Amino acid sequence: MIQKTLVDKIWDDHLVQPETASTPAVLYVDLHLVHEVTSPQAFSELRNRGINVRRPDLTLATMDHSTPTTPRSNGRLRVLDPQASTQLRQLETNCEDFGIELFGLDDTRQGIVHVIGPEQGLTQPGMTIVCGDSHTSTHGAFGALAFGIGTSEVGYVLATQTLLQRKPANMEVRIDGILPRGVTAKDIILAIIARVGIGGATGKVLEYSGSAIRALGMEERMTICNMSIEAGARAGLIAPDDTTFEYIAGRPYAPKGTRWDLAVDRWKQLTSDHGATYDRSVQLEAARLAPMITFGTNPSMAIPIDGHVPDPSDAGSGAERTDLDKALRYMALEPGQSLLGRPVDVVFVGSCTNSRISDLRQAAGVMRGRHVAPGVRMLVVPGSRNVKSEAEAEGLDRVFIEAGAEWREAGCSMCIAMNGDQLEPGQSAVSTSNRNFEGRQGKGGRTFLASPLTAAATAVRGAIADVRSLS
Amino acid sequence: MMDPFTTLTSSCVVLPAENVDTDQIIPARFLKTIDRRGLGAHLFADWRADAHGNPRADFPLNSPDAAGAAILVAGHNFGCGSSREHAPWALLDFGFRAVISTGFADIFRNNALKTGLLPVALSTSAHASLLKQLADAPRAPVTIDLETQTATLPDGTRHSFTVDPFARHCLLNGVDELGFLLELEPAIAAYESTHSSRVCTR
Repeated sequence: MIQKTLVDKIWDDHLVQPETASTPAVLYVDLHLVHEVTSPQAFSELRNRGINVRRPDLTLATMDHSTPTTPRSNGRLRVLDPQASTQLRQLETNCEDFGIELFGLDDTRQGIVHVIGPEQGLTQPGMTIVCGDSHTSTHGAFGALAFGIGTSEVGYVLATQTLLQRKPANMEVRIDGILPRGVTAKDIILAIIARVGIGGATGKVLEYSGSAIRALGMEERMTICNMSIEAGARAGLIAPDDTTFEYIAGRPYAPKGTRWDLAVDRWKQLTSDHGATYDRSVQLEAARLAPMITFGTNPSMAIPIDGHVPDPSDAGSGAERTDLDKALRYMALEPGQSLLGRPVDVVFVGSCTNSRISDLRQAAGVMRGRHVAPGVRMLVVPGSRNVKSEAEAEGLDRVFIEAGAEWREAGCSMCIAMNGDQLEPGQSAVSTSNRNFEGRQGKGGRTFLASPLTAAATAVRGAIADVRSLS
Repeated sequence: MMDPFTTLTSSCVVLPAENVDTDQIIPARFLKTIDRRGLGAHLFADWRADAHGNPRADFPLNSPDAAGAAILVAGHNFGCGSSREHAPWALLDFGFRAVISTGFADIFRNNALKTGLLPVALSTSAHASLLKQLADAPRAPVTIDLETQTATLPDGTRHSFTVDPFARHCLLNGVDELGFLLELEPAIAAYESTHSSRVCTR
């Protein structure tokens, strides 16, 4: 018998037509998530060619990227940006014309596309899931093969529910042991990306395994899979287990009754076979990890929070040196410098990486009884309206507001800075989001990526802080 | 539908940075459009203009040598980051038909091939040689032949690159993949009928 990896199993199960030398495989898509930014041109193409959406029942749309996160008035969000407003209205029209369910701005289920899929129980093990968004890898936390696609492919999936794909290579990332205090899923994935490199997993799917991964809850697993793309990976996934099944059970779109039992039986087969081989393997020891923070302008430029900014003159190649030099210049940092104590202007807690209830609980745990430092702006942006309600029911909103933070409506917000939530030129932010590219959070802004714990500790100190040193 | 790509002879613009991400190619604030046209005006917006919106003389796209160039030569791992197809749309709209690098991010490469922008991954040595030749003669032409999958550098040396055979077929003929997938309707329907219990989630 051939030993298969989890990716092999999902791949084989979705082949409408296997790949040949001249043609990629035709892969069936179980769930297609759609948002306002990467879909309008795909719908236009369908209209131009007179094609219908083949499976609206396997398609779900939400609004997240360009939506305001300012408070609602009389329950309604006001979209002031005319371009964003047009784009949002276009999604409404497209969903109505093509019969696609939409979690619009007035829907209590609206939120970031990668938060609502799992939250609603739509994301299930063994599925193929695509979305016109690179962080679709998030859904891999459930043992699904989930990846981002471009707008042309959004159109192909709308029209045919399939995609042409070459089979990716497999890479195992194994993390064993117990995480030290103050070290979270975000720190694990930042350490992995630093190790693998910004393009180190190009063409590969990362399968995360080991006792440290098994010990994580689903939201933490989502944080890890979410950032797989930052190492260049096509997808990242984790074999489902009882933690996965417990999370899905009872959610609105989860199977019920006998269908649930059948589903769990099927999902339990979704593990890599003992002895299955990977194209590459990487190992990390959980006990040796520390809270991580990025110092540069791509997510692989990360160091332990008590570490020092690397010296470009130690770089392995000329190109790497140029890259590092450029990054340090943009970030206004010196080689060898410690980041601890570096003042920040903004702290952002949110994004599809870290905006779920467990993230907000962690940040609130640090903020409780403390105050945001003078001169610092802290935004807390829940990942969905459901997360927001849940946080409010627990009183987390009061913790943040009393600490002097802004408690906002759900959306992508300052992670992508399309909706008016943005840094001013020259400002620095510690952010729980996923990208620190130049200008990502606003033209001329400087981003330090870190965990919700580090973000909250930084807000309290008004400067980059090690949460382990807060009494 | 896209314009066919067969051969291209053009001068180049050199942007030697590695890991150029799609947020640089087209910053997110320009994604609030429902059209795919007109994005060339914002290509590399934050690198092309200074804080006051004036063109930066030291940015390669603003150089007089860049005029009319249809090939962008960039460093390794070009197009990493977001899945926005606006990145190849912006490059095409600006006038580029090909990008030469030593490697591309997966989603960017996919998107480029589907929109008629050819990603050409050369060997590290050929790429280094090209950079050197263009440093000496910035307007020197490069020829890219998709049929033979070769790039001819200004010094006349030919270097091979590979493009997935199916994507190559589509580019050479100016057809997209959708027509091919639509013709598979019977196979897709057959797949659904044998996987109905799993396919239905709602």
